[in-house]
Amino acid sequence: MRARVLVRPKQGILDPQGQAVERALPALGFSGVANVHVGRLIELDVDDPSQLPEMCERLLANPLVEDYEIVEENGR
Amino acid sequence: MKFGVVRFPGSCDEVDALEAARRVGDAVLLWHADHDLQDVDAVIVPGGFSYGDYLRAGAIARFAPVMEEVADFARGGGLVLGICNGFQVLCEAGLLPGALLPNTSLKFVFRQVALEVVDADTPFTNACQPGERLSVPVKHTTGRYFSPEPVHVVLRYAPGENPNGSQDDIAGVCNDAGNVFGLMPHPEHAVDPLTGSTDGLKIFESLRAQVDDRVHA
Repeated sequence: MRARVLVRPKQGILDPQGQAVERALPALGFSGVANVHVGRLIELDVDDPSQLPEMCERLLANPLVEDYEIVEENGR
Repeated sequence: MKFGVVRFPGSCDEVDALEAARRVGDAVLLWHADHDLQDVDAVIVPGGFSYGDYLRAGAIARFAPVMEEVADFARGGGLVLGICNGFQVLCEAGLLPGALLPNTSLKFVFRQVALEVVDADTPFTNACQPGERLSVPVKHTTGRYFSPEPVHVVLRYAPGENPNGSQDDIAGVCNDAGNVFGLMPHPEHAVDPLTGSTDGLKIFESLRAQVDDRVHA
């Protein structure tokens, strides 16, 4: 099973990377952009996808400061 | 007294920590792959980039074999000091509350900062006075302390000195039991007049005094 894990800074925690990107976009002429957040994408092949939540809790994300989302891809 | 300084692949401040500890006692290096703490009285988890700091600072190092021993040692009341990357490792390992996030500036900061001793009644600060200022360097990119819960603050950056955006100017915290302490600044780099300040030595002297008290109690 191919899976993607999306890791994001938790809401309410200052995200200076997102802010830097948000400030850069208008400088290039892109307007109307707000709430930019920068996270991490982890792609993996996994035999037993039921283990994914525990992998996220214990290693892939730091649940204290990050939210994670598991996206399983079918047919791979 | 005998200090043990952990060396991970990617540690870079372990020798300074070792030399700082040797100014007040004996000190040995503890290899990351070993399960042996060599009967030390206190463990120092030093600065650097343990296991490359891949994924998140300290995230991989917490699973090092030696960290199982450090966690057992801490749970048994053993004294553990985490400096910079060591602080990050102890937070990732759940031995200290909170997490270290990228500096608000997103930049590497490397400068001397003034710290205020908030709690001088800990095994790590008993050689200080409450409210005393210590001049100690910081050097990090991921030092913004955050905790969703109230924490036991031991050191703060003095007003206007916060180098990284840490919540409430927090520079160092200890666990509820008071035997595990982590800080982003580097006391081991402030032990010789040659580098401008010897204030960092007080952290090591405090540990020495704590252990001596235990022995003589």
